[in-house]
Amino acid sequence: MLFWIALISVVVMLSAAVAVLLLENYLAATAALSVVSLALSVLFIVLQAPDVALTEAAVGAGVSSVILAITLRRVGLWKIEGEK
Amino acid sequence: MTLLSGLIFTIGLGLLLIVVIKSLIFEQVLTGGIGSIILEQAPNDVGTANIVSSVLLAYRGLDTLGELTVLFVAATAVGLVLGQPRPDAPRDPDAGFILRSAADLLFPFMIILGAYIILHGHLTPGGGFQGGAILAAAFFIPILASPSSPLNHKVSSLVEGLAGSAFILIGLLALFDKGYFLAPLLGTGEVGELFSAGSLPLLYLAVGLKVGAELAGLLARLHETEV
Amino acid sequence: MEETAGIYFFSYSGALGLILLGVFAMVTSRHIIRIILGLMLLEAGVNLFLIIIGYRANAIAPIIVEGQNAAMVDPIPQALVLTAIVIGVAVQALALALVIKTYKAYGTLDTKELAQRIAEESGTHVIDGIPTEEKQV
Repeated sequence: MLFWIALISVVVMLSAAVAVLLLENYLAATAALSVVSLALSVLFIVLQAPDVALTEAAVGAGVSSVILAITLRRVGLWKIEGEK
Repeated sequence: MTLLSGLIFTIGLGLLLIVVIKSLIFEQVLTGGIGSIILEQAPNDVGTANIVSSVLLAYRGLDTLGELTVLFVAATAVGLVLGQPRPDAPRDPDAGFILRSAADLLFPFMIILGAYIILHGHLTPGGGFQGGAILAAAFFIPILASPSSPLNHKVSSLVEGLAGSAFILIGLLALFDKGYFLAPLLGTGEVGELFSAGSLPLLYLAVGLKVGAELAGLLARLHETEV
Repeated sequence: MEETAGIYFFSYSGALGLILLGVFAMVTSRHIIRIILGLMLLEAGVNLFLIIIGYRANAIAPIIVEGQNAAMVDPIPQALVLTAIVIGVAVQALALALVIKTYKAYGTLDTKELAQRIAEESGTHVIDGIPTEEKQV
């Protein structure tokens, strides 16, 4: 059971990490980074580190994405469509 | 060209890391056996059910103080770099009805959740850092919903300063009482009870308030910057 | 035992993948925001690596529950990573504040264009992407 959870979360995490590099839209890349953090927190649960998983979900996926999104708004990269 | 050299560098680093991982013996104790000693002694020394928090606040409490200092320096530097916005600077318009009412509804629940996670840090997964992040989110969502009512930076810095001094004060009290900085005070109590682990919940409360005030101030500072 | 080996293998490959993707993004990207995204991927990979080092087969999380005597995983790397995550966010916020300031001053976030602007402003040359005072050879 844990085996499959680890497999799925690693696959989701790495594909989201590739998406962070490939997506043209920075807002979408920020969302993909949030997905990386959430999959990572699932993996931390599998590795018996619930404290770290809670921190990663609250700080890594929450606060850090919000900081990135605000910065994108301030530097004029806040675009919903995929234009460059 | 950059792509090719970057690719070669990354592949080389990958091979190096694979060799490092290969040479690690699984199940090997890499922290010098301290981990197992702490696992044995923490319930009697500190009295926490959650051993990670006893490492954070009792055994390595000084490191946590250093970490809080790093956080404080970063928040101060962000304030210094971004500066104060002009009072007549244009603000973002208020968000729609749904976000504003949802923010009002969510606020008390998020405060309760943050306080619960902070106060049960010595029993269950959680503690000052996680609960502080949730408290910061609770104070930031209303700002996001209605930017015309900004966060009061004086109050947040006051809370931050008081929490930081409380942490150091508890540590100094322990220094005079027990002879070690941040040694556990007030007895250990029964492991698993809410009122146990001596002064550790107080320390976690200070950490939570400090982290929450700092992150909320940081987010508000970034949000207030002019476009 | 088969399951433990699988968990080890997948976790290590995940950590390795995150570290390499982060380094690749930092080395090859020209846009500052993409470099910061790479830095955050790298940070996540290193945190995962440290947590796996503390993992033990068939061990439970380091939280005492009454009537349970199973072995526990190593708590020290977990405490280390807990602080590392929070510090990572602080570093990221500082970096992004500097990014906002740079954008206000130069109006661009592309490192090549930035180097050109800075070189024009200070009357120097750009060699290998860095404004330097020496003459171009």
